[in-house]
Amino acid sequence: MEIPYTIQARPDTGVYNAKLGIWLFLASEVMLFGGLFSSYVLLRVGAEPGMWPHGWLDVRLGTANTIILALSAITTLLAWAACKVGQFGKFKFFHACTLLCALAFLGIKSYEYHDKWIHYEIKLNDGTFADGHLVEKSEDFDLAKKTGTVTLHGRIVNDETLLYDLRSQKDIKLDEVTVKAADIKQMENYGPWHNTYLAIYFTMTGLHALHILGGSIVIGFLWGPGRKMWKTNPTQFTNRIEVSGLFWHFVDLVWIFLFPVLYLT
Amino acid sequence: MSEENKNYLSTGDTVKSWLLTTDHKRIGILFLFSILLFFTIAAVAAALMRIELLTPQGDLVHADTYNKLFTIHGVLMVWFFLIPSIPSVLGNFVIPLMIGARDMAFPKLNLLSWYLFIIGGFFAFHAIILGGVDTGWTFYTPYSSAYSNSHVVEMALGIFIAGFGSILTGLNFIVTIQTMRAPGLTWFRLPLFIWSLFATSVILVLATPVLAITLALMSVERIWGIGIFNPKLGGDPVLFQHLFWFYSHPAVYIMILPGMGVVSEVITCFARKKIFGYYFVAFSSVAIAVVGFLVWGHHMFVSSQSIYAGMAFSILSFLVAIPSAIKVFNWTMTLYRGSISFEAPMIYVLSFIALFVIGGLTGLMLATLPVDVHVHGTYFVVAHFHYIMVGGMVTAFMGGLHYWWPKISGRMYPEKLGQLAAIIMFVGFNLTFFPQYILGYLGMPRRVHEYAPEFQIYNVLSTAGASILGVGYLLPLIYLLWSIFYGKRATANPWNATGLEWQTSSPPPKNNFHETPVVTEEPYNYPPLNEIGEITLASNEHK
Ligand SMILES: [Cu+2]
Repeated sequence: MEIPYTIQARPDTGVYNAKLGIWLFLASEVMLFGGLFSSYVLLRVGAEPGMWPHGWLDVRLGTANTIILALSAITTLLAWAACKVGQFGKFKFFHACTLLCALAFLGIKSYEYHDKWIHYEIKLNDGTFADGHLVEKSEDFDLAKKTGTVTLHGRIVNDETLLYDLRSQKDIKLDEVTVKAADIKQMENYGPWHNTYLAIYFTMTGLHALHILGGSIVIGFLWGPGRKMWKTNPTQFTNRIEVSGLFWHFVDLVWIFLFPVLYLT
Repeated sequence: MSEENKNYLSTGDTVKSWLLTTDHKRIGILFLFSILLFFTIAAVAAALMRIELLTPQGDLVHADTYNKLFTIHGVLMVWFFLIPSIPSVLGNFVIPLMIGARDMAFPKLNLLSWYLFIIGGFFAFHAIILGGVDTGWTFYTPYSSAYSNSHVVEMALGIFIAGFGSILTGLNFIVTIQTMRAPGLTWFRLPLFIWSLFATSVILVLATPVLAITLALMSVERIWGIGIFNPKLGGDPVLFQHLFWFYSHPAVYIMILPGMGVVSEVITCFARKKIFGYYFVAFSSVAIAVVGFLVWGHHMFVSSQSIYAGMAFSILSFLVAIPSAIKVFNWTMTLYRGSISFEAPMIYVLSFIALFVIGGLTGLMLATLPVDVHVHGTYFVVAHFHYIMVGGMVTAFMGGLHYWWPKISGRMYPEKLGQLAAIIMFVGFNLTFFPQYILGYLGMPRRVHEYAPEFQIYNVLSTAGASILGVGYLLPLIYLLWSIFYGKRATANPWNATGLEWQTSSPPPKNNFHETPVVTEEPYNYPPLNEIGEITLASNEHK
């Protein structure tokens, strides 16, 4: 049975079915991320004064990832253009580049996640706060039994808000800080449960990373086993590259919004 | 039987031929049976609640069980019956037929939608078996994300997956309507059912993802204790309500627009007249879809929203009533001086109009700030949305199912029984839900299993009505099944209706049309009564 316009564009609209389909899908995705961005705005506006973090993320890493995704957007475009003019070798090269960019992005992102994972804020019994990256826990460290010590690379402050607004403080001095379990009131790492900022940071970037992962799988498939179609039906293959490329550009675009919202403000 | 004479039902009858089908007609039937299953479970939950409410004391079920009953009823009815009812069953079946296409634009994606629905349904069902959910269908936080002791995450996951099926269905409908229309079938020659499903699909594509993210955030908050909605963790509980209703108000239109489309088809056919004001009816569907996105705040008049936001949402909610009123006016004008006959689909459609008007007007009362503050959280609200959801959508679904039954099954349903069931449903429905308006106005709160003794008389009336309604629903279930085997064989066009779906045989061949039809006229070109029988839409025989 023939379904019209699966490969050729409909003359009056200039699009084929899958292209219209992906645009609708992306509209749906916009609403998905739109819900998250609105949540971000409301949580930020509703945060207690001084308790919304500034400068918690490494702008250099964020910039690197932004550049990587921008590059991948260009290589996707070039890969599609190569298909259009029938240069399959070039296509393979550019699509491999896209794939590498995606992997690099995920690598940097997981480094950033790990960095938050080993970052602890410790409320001490005397009302001060120890904060920093975990260096080591002594062998007999047990928070419940109150035995042992934990060592952080960080600092001790009297006012918790100092831990939140890092951007306003010049020359923060970090040292090895060792605290006894017996002095600890509460100890928590910078996971999504730590505060609403990290909650929304992890959900937004996590969902975005899932999209990068999904996109990489599709791109990897088209670069690998899926490329057989080039021999049988080059037009349809080119369409597939275009449709997956549209998705990829959307995912890049989401990052273009995420970067300033999370890293720069 | 030669290949030429085979219809879509007789080409392959193995289980595999059904489960791996990409034929939109068969997928429609798969949806029909699946949603009937969920309807049955939801109806049992409703029956138990009505029996409990016969007496003021809580004597049949515990308070927690009652909470679970209304949650199961709500979740299953909204996401596993109403939302897929007309779009996924009737829409799937008739959209390609109505536009002269051989299938959907993405037949495999269409099948995937059904599988997603089934997988989602499985999780919902599993959550019920494990012990159910007690949050109500709205999943308000922080109760759902922190305190409820029930299977919230699994139920949310079921809705989440089924939601993806809905998005894909909407996407498929839009692309199909956009690119697969037969030659000559311009936008303004499209049947109004198509217009209404197009508007519905836009909502499905744009609103459902917001529900997905809301339920996902609620679930991660519940699983990992992260603070998005829970004020104890620094979250914002009203944010949940904003997100939830941003989806769920448009979802109301997912559940009513397709019904309005059925009304336009049926009313023209059984009044034998062209629709009055085609453009108005078509564009009012679009207007409802658009304005419907701007009124969610009317669910939150008492949720710490500012008075100015409340007023804005109140005014917008009044505005959204205008296109609905336009439709009712146009249907009434279509009836005016028509040659009306009262076959079962027409009775359903007329009761749709009556019940929708009552539900709509009480909706306007609820959109008025002071009235809402008075009846918020009472049975008045329950009665209002049941008039729209059940009185509207379920009635329209029954009407559409009867109208297209000859096309779907190739058999006629027994007309007298059909008319009887339609009337029983109308009577039973009003007896069930009209007393609930009174109860709500008098102040009986919803979602309770015990109540003050002075409310008993109305509750008894309501339960009596529910049993009549139950009989009304049981009848078609029996006689429609009966008709598949023993019903009179249907001709291609038993109602002498216009529309491409009536030009092909009943049931249609696997590929719908042996020759692609060509459309040269506007829809609903009903000839005067004495000239019935002439097919006015030509097919291109020489192609
Ligand atoms: Cu609403």
